[in-house]
Amino acid sequence: MIVFNNVTKKYGENVGLINASVHINSGDFVFLVGPSGAGKTTFIRLILKEIDPDSGRIILAGKDITKIGRREIPEIRQKIGMVFQDFRLLEKKTVYENVAFAMEVLHKSKKEIKERVPYVLELVDIKDKADRYPNELSAGEQQRVGIARALVNKPRVLICDEPTGNLDPMTAMDIMALLEQINVRGTTVLMVTHAKDIVDKMNKRVVAIDHGHIVRDEEGSYGYTKQNTEDELYVPGYATYTGVAAAAEPESIAPDFTQELRARTVTTAAPSDYDVDDMLSAYLDGGEDIYE
Amino acid sequence: MSRLGYNLKQAFSQMGRNKGMYFTSVLAITAMMLILGLFFVAFVNVNLFAASIEKDYNVIQIYLHDGNKAEVNQAVETTLRGTEGVDDVKYVSKDEALVTLKQKWGENAYLLDNLPENPLPDSYMVYVEDKDAANALAAAAPGIEGVEDVVYYRDTIEKLAQVSHFVELGSLIAMAFLVVVSIIIVANTIKLTVFNREKEIGIMKYLGATDWFVRAPFIWGGIIVGMLSAFIATGLTHVIYTKIVAIIGGDIARILSVTVVPAEFLTKNVLIIFLCLGISIGVCGSIISIRRFLDK
Repeated sequence: MIVFNNVTKKYGENVGLINASVHINSGDFVFLVGPSGAGKTTFIRLILKEIDPDSGRIILAGKDITKIGRREIPEIRQKIGMVFQDFRLLEKKTVYENVAFAMEVLHKSKKEIKERVPYVLELVDIKDKADRYPNELSAGEQQRVGIARALVNKPRVLICDEPTGNLDPMTAMDIMALLEQINVRGTTVLMVTHAKDIVDKMNKRVVAIDHGHIVRDEEGSYGYTKQNTEDELYVPGYATYTGVAAAAEPESIAPDFTQELRARTVTTAAPSDYDVDDMLSAYLDGGEDIYE
Repeated sequence: MSRLGYNLKQAFSQMGRNKGMYFTSVLAITAMMLILGLFFVAFVNVNLFAASIEKDYNVIQIYLHDGNKAEVNQAVETTLRGTEGVDDVKYVSKDEALVTLKQKWGENAYLLDNLPENPLPDSYMVYVEDKDAANALAAAAPGIEGVEDVVYYRDTIEKLAQVSHFVELGSLIAMAFLVVVSIIIVANTIKLTVFNREKEIGIMKYLGATDWFVRAPFIWGGIIVGMLSAFIATGLTHVIYTKIVAIIGGDIARILSVTVVPAEFLTKNVLIIFLCLGISIGVCGSIISIRRFLDK
């Protein structure tokens, strides 16, 4: 779903990300943690193509977004639902209108909007307040509206930037339960957070960033007690992929191939006329996630 | 809702929220267009006048001394006909000249009725082949015996050409200035609206709105300002021009043998020019004002 391959981004002397490689599968629930200024925001901005990396490749839903032009950015963003710490709702629109707005922006028909918005409001359990304005809602309710707006266009992935940052612990856990429920229904969730207790409680995959490096990527808790070593700069258990099995068709080898790939490095020589990018796209289009 | 409907609705609601600013910019652009319109009207009329006398360049009027004997007049005609480049020579008696003048003056002709005697001289209208022949004859004719005066429009034509050139240049410079100023005014007005909607635009971009979707309502706002200004400015130009024509056109213009461009014709063209100008100003201004926000 989201693949970072040796991605480096520097802002002058300041480091954003260094040689970061992360592989997020379709349907994953991933926490992105780390201290302030570690590179979490850079990570998110790169996925949204607000900025471009200095080097490396970023693949989102089968598309190398480092190679696309400005005009294609909206297409990427439509695959992503964004949830913000400060909710970012429009105060002059009602709950219903805020969610419908996301569909209007994409030229959806009135009929579609009328069907879809109530369904999503129901899903996040805020339907009874559809006609209220954001300032009449509690923080938790506002975040539910924010999530509804992010979900309404059926994104492939939900990116939540500190979604519980402005919420009390009880409300935060409610929102987490909602996000988990959304994840169970098939949407990939990537959540940036500082909230140690939430990460520990959820017991999901945690990607930790520090000083621009991916220092840890494993299931479990927030705390990163391990000392960084050179090896841990790379995602453990993931392979480096440098070629394509020459004779095999993507369809026939894809299912097993991907499984294998997680465990070890596959290095194969490709015929000179074989386009590695095409091959990769074929896998990714087929719903497979490949770490390049 | 159709896209156009959506955009127009957004555009009008933005205008509603910043009524004062939009009103001011319509006012300013209208004033600019009005200045431009008056330049244009002057330019068209000077050009028409220049063209109407330019076609007479090949006619030279040779006035004869009052009381010339017929033989003298005959000798003048023979000399004229013998001159190189002369196509035709036509005798115009003083009585014929008066009739022609009365026709020209139309309803004011009664002023000529009570003259004690006809003040106009007999004359020859000499038709020449080209400008060179006209210049040569105009130089030589005063020397012929029996000739009192020579009237030839060359000087007038050249002076008019200068005036029309000057008006043309002035219009162009004024237009360039006014267009730039208008674009700045529209850009600033719309920038204010963009500021008000900065948050909304940010959200729209996260939601995957295309640049054109974000731009469209602002561009429509600019177009509406431009069109409103164009209509008001055209109306004002029409009123002012009609008034001027009513004052000058009726009497003075006729006595000077000048025709003026009809108001209807001008108004139609002024409207087309102003609409094109207004829409361009609106589009440029709005694109400039929102570019910065889209690049973010």
